[in-house]
Amino acid sequence: MSVTDAPPAPPASTGPQTRKPSTRKRLVPYWLLLPGILWLLVFFALPMVYQASTSVQTGSLEKGFEVTWHFRTYWDALADYYPQFVRSLLYAGTATVLCLLLGYPLAYLIAFKAGRARNLVLVLVIAPFFTSFLIRTLAWKTILADGGTVVDVLNTLHVLDVTSWLGWTEGDRVLATPMAVVCGLTYNFLPFMILPLYTSLERIDGRLHEAAGDLYATPATTFRKVTFPLSMPGVVSGTLLTFIPASGDYVNAELLGSTDTKMVGSVIQTQFLRVLDYPTAAALSFILMAVVLFAVTVYIRRSGTEDLV
Amino acid sequence: MEQYEPERLSAPQLAAMRRSTTGGRGALTRRSLLRASGMGALALGGLGTLSACGIPPAKREGDAAASDDHSAAEKRINFSNWTEYMDVGEDERSRPTLEAFTKRTGIAVKYTEDINDNVEFFGKIKPQLAAGQDTGRDLIIVTDWLAARIIRLGWAQKLDPANLPHAFANLSAQFRTPDWDPGRAYSYPWTGIPTVIAYNTKATGGRKVDSVTQLLDDPKLKGRVSFLSEMRDSVGMTLLDMGKDPGSFTDADYDAAIGRIQKGVDRKQIRRFTGNDYTADLSKGDIAACVAWAGDIIQLQADNPDIKFSIPAAGYITSSDNLLVPARARHKTNAEKLIDYYYEPPVAAQLAAYINYVCPVDGVAGELAKIDESMASNTLILPDRAMAAKSHAFRSLSAEEETAYEEKFAKLIGA
Repeated sequence: MSVTDAPPAPPASTGPQTRKPSTRKRLVPYWLLLPGILWLLVFFALPMVYQASTSVQTGSLEKGFEVTWHFRTYWDALADYYPQFVRSLLYAGTATVLCLLLGYPLAYLIAFKAGRARNLVLVLVIAPFFTSFLIRTLAWKTILADGGTVVDVLNTLHVLDVTSWLGWTEGDRVLATPMAVVCGLTYNFLPFMILPLYTSLERIDGRLHEAAGDLYATPATTFRKVTFPLSMPGVVSGTLLTFIPASGDYVNAELLGSTDTKMVGSVIQTQFLRVLDYPTAAALSFILMAVVLFAVTVYIRRSGTEDLV
Repeated sequence: MEQYEPERLSAPQLAAMRRSTTGGRGALTRRSLLRASGMGALALGGLGTLSACGIPPAKREGDAAASDDHSAAEKRINFSNWTEYMDVGEDERSRPTLEAFTKRTGIAVKYTEDINDNVEFFGKIKPQLAAGQDTGRDLIIVTDWLAARIIRLGWAQKLDPANLPHAFANLSAQFRTPDWDPGRAYSYPWTGIPTVIAYNTKATGGRKVDSVTQLLDDPKLKGRVSFLSEMRDSVGMTLLDMGKDPGSFTDADYDAAIGRIQKGVDRKQIRRFTGNDYTADLSKGDIAACVAWAGDIIQLQADNPDIKFSIPAAGYITSSDNLLVPARARHKTNAEKLIDYYYEPPVAAQLAAYINYVCPVDGVAGELAKIDESMASNTLILPDRAMAAKSHAFRSLSAEEETAYEEKFAKLIGA
């Protein structure tokens, strides 16, 4: 970097006060940060340390647990439950892609075409949040019921024959199959995709589209070269907001799934509450965190965007 | 005072500024130094804290459970129960039996429906009980295996028989001597819960389903069978079906039963393992037949005449929900008075008529008939001799067995 690129010195009139702030003034930002730092310490850092400790302990509820640096727990947990890990990432990934495919056109519509209905449509996107997560998921059991309209239509169109062949559904039903779980995940996390996409798209200057048109770009080219690249921050934050919670979710797998659709969240819950094997539960949580962190880091590096909003 | 305004800079200058703070050499070293020292501190401090953590033994010995009883001075009691487990008046808001208790004794009851699930509730109260603190609850209701665990851990208070004359006299023989609390020193049953087989005649085409073998093998039920996610109910019913006694089985028997259910899972005969949520599926017909709790079925039948239940010839499992006074509770005597009150036949009948589970109190038949004739003759509420003879309890497990069995069952249900 050459010296000439350096910003010009601030005007002289800013005066000596800003050059030599008093100690009290210098500490102000830290005072302001203090609540946040304390919060992080108490609710994030300490639990993490505690969990890390638990994961290398051995013992039982009755006799107590002691730190024995038993790192084998990690290996055992992974060896026993890797199918649930793979499944979690697969389901969460599929749901994220589906959310993007469904959410992008909708966000685009709200941002550019909705006109005066924009606020109304946005409210409709958020409206499901007014009901509990559990109730919304249970509602899908009625929607996808064996004798219900949806399943009847899919059966008549022989769609379920194809999905059964692919292993997504089971015979002539949708409930208690991988497809039901992915549908539930997609539905429950869709707003988390739409909202960041919308904020990104809404910021794009409409004149850019006109300019692209003036330069003889077809609508498809405009989208490919102008709109989509500019909406990348929204795409990235939307996919993260969908993928991360979805990979740890267990409600959908528990209610809409079956024994062979259980995700890693269920395993952690069972180990912690039912089997009372706290070390395994803690180790599984750490492995999940590491896997998600790794996947997300790679993804952000690849997507080449710094901004997330 | 004029402020320094970055907006006045040109775009390339701004970009250069940003580069210098995020990508510049100076910024990078400072930041990486910070990061490195942070990591170092965390690693050093972390190792120390990590080994210091540990979880102390949960078991409390001797008389540690007992507490100062403030019953005489504080005329109140905190009662935690499951939802839909207490009679409700016509107006859907009053609780007649509880209100009558307060009127008679002057003890105010703070009634909370905060128990939804045994394992979750245990997770909730465990920290206080393990630390020897008051949970804020004087009376709780938990299923027998959890009651056994709480007693085993020394987290329940011994009850004083002098305060429990009705309970002592009227407790049904069937519930008197569970192997986890012989003679009922710590607990009294609130209800008995028969585990039966239920089916929806519309979904089975009018056929009867009356054995676990049929649930696991009948090809016509494929993919429309559910078992319960409570290990003792599902495995217990299967053990009975295999001719084993759930009251005295061995590890090998347990493994055989798990293997038997596993086959049903592998062949896709079993659709799901469920908690209470099977009732909606059974009513809709998505589930044709299942292992079910009798009280749920009586309530379902009221709305849907297609729902039927059967008692397998091999017998059925009866579990129970039990009243316990947790360690360090402040109002033990008041709690005992409330337990005793619910063992007076007229009160027990009023409760049984509402919640539809097995009433553990002798001598309620006459009282129940006054409320509802059909209920008094319902063997799922008042078991007759033939029913009682077929009832079996799942034996209590040692801590090691409990962990090993739950682990195997967890693998079976996929998590």
